[in-house]
Amino acid sequence: MPLFTPGSDPGSSFPELLRRVGLGAAPDTGLSADKPDLGVPHATTCVALRFADGVVMAGDRRATSGNLISHRGMEKVVQADQHSGVAIAGAAGPAMEMIKLFQLQLEHYEKVEGSSLSLEGKANQLSLMVRGNLPAAMQGMVVVPIFAGYDLLRTVGRLFTYDVTGGRYEEHDYVATGSGMLHAGTVVKIGWREGLDRAAAVALACRGLWEAADADSATGGPDALRGIYPVVATITADGWTRLDDGELATVFESIADEVRAR
Amino acid sequence: MSMPFYVAPEQVMKDRADYARKGIARGRALVAVRYVDGIALVAENPSNTLRKISEIYDRIAFAGVGKYNEFDQLRVAGVRAADLKGYQYSRDDVDARSLANQYAQILGQIFTHEMKPMEVEILVAEVGVTGDGDQLFHILYDGTVMDERRWSVLGGDAEAISARMDEWYADDQPLEVAVREATAALVGADRPDGPLQADDLEVAILSRRNGRRCFRRLSDEQVAAALAG
Repeated sequence: MPLFTPGSDPGSSFPELLRRVGLGAAPDTGLSADKPDLGVPHATTCVALRFADGVVMAGDRRATSGNLISHRGMEKVVQADQHSGVAIAGAAGPAMEMIKLFQLQLEHYEKVEGSSLSLEGKANQLSLMVRGNLPAAMQGMVVVPIFAGYDLLRTVGRLFTYDVTGGRYEEHDYVATGSGMLHAGTVVKIGWREGLDRAAAVALACRGLWEAADADSATGGPDALRGIYPVVATITADGWTRLDDGELATVFESIADEVRAR
Repeated sequence: MSMPFYVAPEQVMKDRADYARKGIARGRALVAVRYVDGIALVAENPSNTLRKISEIYDRIAFAGVGKYNEFDQLRVAGVRAADLKGYQYSRDDVDARSLANQYAQILGQIFTHEMKPMEVEILVAEVGVTGDGDQLFHILYDGTVMDERRWSVLGGDAEAISARMDEWYADDQPLEVAVREATAALVGADRPDGPLQADDLEVAILSRRNGRRCFRRLSDEQVAAALAG
């Protein structure tokens, strides 16, 4: 059981605790930027947008290694804590590790301090983690998350996007990331209105992923054959809710009908 | 050169134990009791911010009585140990027994080697997937660990409280009954200020029905409703 003197106490930071007990940073691989293709799976398109009650997050399920599909069922949109979620595009290994550490950090802080971090605090925490990944990003292991959540102090849904250096940018209305970001982002941009209701926001996010999957080979569409649908979740004052596949099947069916009718 | 007086080791240990017991008896008591969906923890604590009961991990709670800064230090160490273990291995590998043993090591070490023993009594509670898996580990200031089955009483006046618990306890009681009876047992009938009210109490549960994180605090309104029956 780790005990610290007051001067060396890591406080409520879990990454700092890991460093103190010797489980900190990954070893330097010695790889350089001129050989970035390690064949590791890459996760692709995610979108998030604000609506009347909070935010919607959505991400496809495909992970690719070069031109091969390495996973059909990957979950890139995950719950971070009760009132926030992260969506990650980029190298799947470091991305999943980052999500795991981020979830742990939020819970660790909450338990040690006895209260949750503010949404702003959570966004800054993720920024530090992305920055910590910069050496790996220089070797091709780029991880670029979207962070979305419901701000209980300001009672609004908020979206944050990051660059590889940990730069944090707050988006007002919508955001997309990953290989299909151009297509998904454009669809959401055109369809977005202030004060969308839940159903319209979910349909818009799904439509964005649909168009990205249509034009980008690394983005997976809804897979009715295997029953694999994108991960779509809403975050409101009541917390995180993931939509079940039945509801998503209906949403995608109506998008398909619309496309057929064109 | 002056020689230090010889003090028999029995006397040293007895003095330290007396010192710790006195410190603990000054504070207010705490009860943890099994109910149908898990474990309820009820403490007499007028403060709404300085907690005696808290969450350690998904199925594990911590409770302490005695000197606040000392048991709070142990609480934080427990959260760290549990989170580190869950990170290194898996969430399933974090268990109350191993935490209780680590606490016992620390308390035992401090009791025999430091100037002053810790004036605390702590409890590590784990809620099982079924009632058979519920565990209560009661750890004393000198590192003694006790594995208790039905309820656990921490703090001064433990014997009288335990006797009052024995009068009503039965397996698989609903939460309201467990909270009401445990509250009554904490002070007995002859409390000068009358029975304990919701804002004198800190109540939390480890419930099998709460999903991954079993720990929840009950609000004053929920406690008042349980007390009113």
